[in-house]
Amino acid sequence: MKSSKTVLLLMVGLALSWGLGLTAAVAKPIKIGILGPMSFTQGEGHWNGATMAAEEINATGGITVGDEKRLIELVKVDTNEFLSIPDATNAMEMAVSRHKVDFLMGGFRTEAVLVMQDIAMESKTIFIGCGAAHPKLCTRVMDDYDTYKYWFRLTPINSSFLGKVDFILLGTAGAIIKQQLGIEKVKVAIVAEKAAWADPIVAAAEKTIPEKMGMEVVGVWRPSPVATDCSAELAAIQRAGAQIVFTTFSSSVGLTFAKQMGELKIPAAPVGINVEAQKSGFWEATNGAGNYVLTINTYAPVKITDKTIPFYNKYKELYKEAPNYTAGTHDAIQILAQAIKNAGTIKADNVVTELEKIEFIAASGKVKFDKSHDVTWGPDYVTALGTQWQDGEMKCVWPYGWEGVTYEGSVPFKLPPWMVEYWKK
Amino acid sequence: MIVDILIDGLIKGSVYALLAIGFSLVLGVARIVNIAHTALYMTSAYLIYVGTKMMGLPTIVSMVAAVFLTILLGLLIYNYFIRPIQEHEAAMLISTIAVAMMLQEVFLMIFGGHYLGVNPLVRGYLTVLGVRVTNQHLLALGLAIIVLISTRFFLMKTRTGLAIRATAQDREVANLMGMNVNGVAMITMAVSVGLASIAGAIVVPLVTVEPTMWMHPLVMMLAIVVLGGLGSLEGSFVGAYILGFSESLVVFMVPMGSFLKDSVALSIMILVLLIRPEGLFGVSFEEER
Repeated sequence: MKSSKTVLLLMVGLALSWGLGLTAAVAKPIKIGILGPMSFTQGEGHWNGATMAAEEINATGGITVGDEKRLIELVKVDTNEFLSIPDATNAMEMAVSRHKVDFLMGGFRTEAVLVMQDIAMESKTIFIGCGAAHPKLCTRVMDDYDTYKYWFRLTPINSSFLGKVDFILLGTAGAIIKQQLGIEKVKVAIVAEKAAWADPIVAAAEKTIPEKMGMEVVGVWRPSPVATDCSAELAAIQRAGAQIVFTTFSSSVGLTFAKQMGELKIPAAPVGINVEAQKSGFWEATNGAGNYVLTINTYAPVKITDKTIPFYNKYKELYKEAPNYTAGTHDAIQILAQAIKNAGTIKADNVVTELEKIEFIAASGKVKFDKSHDVTWGPDYVTALGTQWQDGEMKCVWPYGWEGVTYEGSVPFKLPPWMVEYWKK
Repeated sequence: MIVDILIDGLIKGSVYALLAIGFSLVLGVARIVNIAHTALYMTSAYLIYVGTKMMGLPTIVSMVAAVFLTILLGLLIYNYFIRPIQEHEAAMLISTIAVAMMLQEVFLMIFGGHYLGVNPLVRGYLTVLGVRVTNQHLLALGLAIIVLISTRFFLMKTRTGLAIRATAQDREVANLMGMNVNGVAMITMAVSVGLASIAGAIVVPLVTVEPTMWMHPLVMMLAIVVLGGLGSLEGSFVGAYILGFSESLVVFMVPMGSFLKDSVALSIMILVLLIRPEGLFGVSFEEER
């Protein structure tokens, strides 16, 4: 009797452990490492976007992999890349070797992402870039496909396309100034932070604006990316009689410049790239002085696709701020989930093949990766946006009839009223 | 262009002067090397942000509260991180660097790396000789002058000021004469931190509040104090304007090189030191020995 009880207990124990083991095997989650400077807005965007997508997919049971459903487990990887590139390298090493993540996404500073990319490629882990714009990250795929095929860039569009959008915005503002103020030759002041990524834009602007756009460049100013005062630059710009200030800012100087320009009511339209103006906290941080700043952006409450407004609103509701471009991790996880489903496995090589084929309607537009694994830019794909602060609200003002594209909810670009008043005199 | 340079330099110089006076006082008069001075200026800025934006208090109330709370923090720092090692300048230097870094990390942890803004006390701008200047900048100019005069008056015309100067001249003799040297040092520290937080209250609406905002002013403060001469408030004042004008000159003369304005300002400091090592208004090192 005693022995039969023991046997029964053993059987139950075995069955339970086998069953539990089976359950564990079924539920083994897919680990995705989210890389970003987590104490900063960009890292928060990475993490929030990814969290939102993971929760949505997990609520449906997880990612379909062959015949099973697997949940997503996110691993927060603080790269601290704003302050230290070695920190980013160490964090990446830890994600790959200690946390043994299956996929990676995020990254922000090109200098850090280039190193992190190498680590990911060495371990043959798919890495979807959601932050760095430098073309080199993708030209590497063309130069050495076998090594770099695990890299894809989803957001932002690369810096060459950013440059194109930048000049389109400038041309749009120039045309409106000509039309509304009757100014024949619009004067442009080029103001770009002194950083490597801004140099090609400045060089192109100096050549393109007078030669191809029929406008006049009245000067080029290159403040430090962390300048705390731009009043001298603004006084000089006003003296030069500029009607447009063509900005290229990704650092804190963008906030300082916009704030002081608005407070001094400089009679010119700020147009270009100002990463600080992409954040919903910009209005409050400038005490409203950032009114009429126009910048390239990725998300706005307009209908780029059916997914854009629901994503934008839900993100804002959950995190009390508008999504910035690093929140593209939301799209990245959804695209990855689709590619895994199509591949029926999480094996990197199979998923790469599926990602190369995919055409996915995301919140930022229709995503298709080109031969260099870069996100395709164009009227039928991801276009990027031009957003302008208008009385406390971030409004989409571009595309507005560009190549037949106007997203529902977009409004026309507005000139600052003090500028109109000044130049009409 | 000359008018632009003059006005812009004057405004910039005033902002620097406002920041430098407290630093100069504590370094030059009390011989306390407080590298955390600008980190306390940052503390004041964050407290004002908390008061105005998070608690919805009126700006002026937040500013007054921030000044007092920062002084309290400054005194705690003095008591635990400076006073025990006050006789060892190198140790004091390292200790205050550590305090500054600690404050930076605390603010980074609480507020993240977000760039925040504080409302100005006065809005709008004035056009002075064709140059637009914000009213907040003009306020900084006026306050810099008032603070300098008040500090000068406090040091030269009050008994406490006399005690501070006497302790600074010879701590041991002052002690033997029956003065409470620790108390005097504490008062000096309180005045200095008070000046840092007042500077914070006035300057903060002009800049961006973020966890590394203390670094750039620190470099400029060190340059100004060395340029003007250690121990000289007037020297700091003049030094601040020299750097202010040189920065404006760079932006107007070499727009493409406007990022070099700090480097040019620091080069001027080195140049002055090569010609006059004691700084513009400082006591010569030989004499001091």
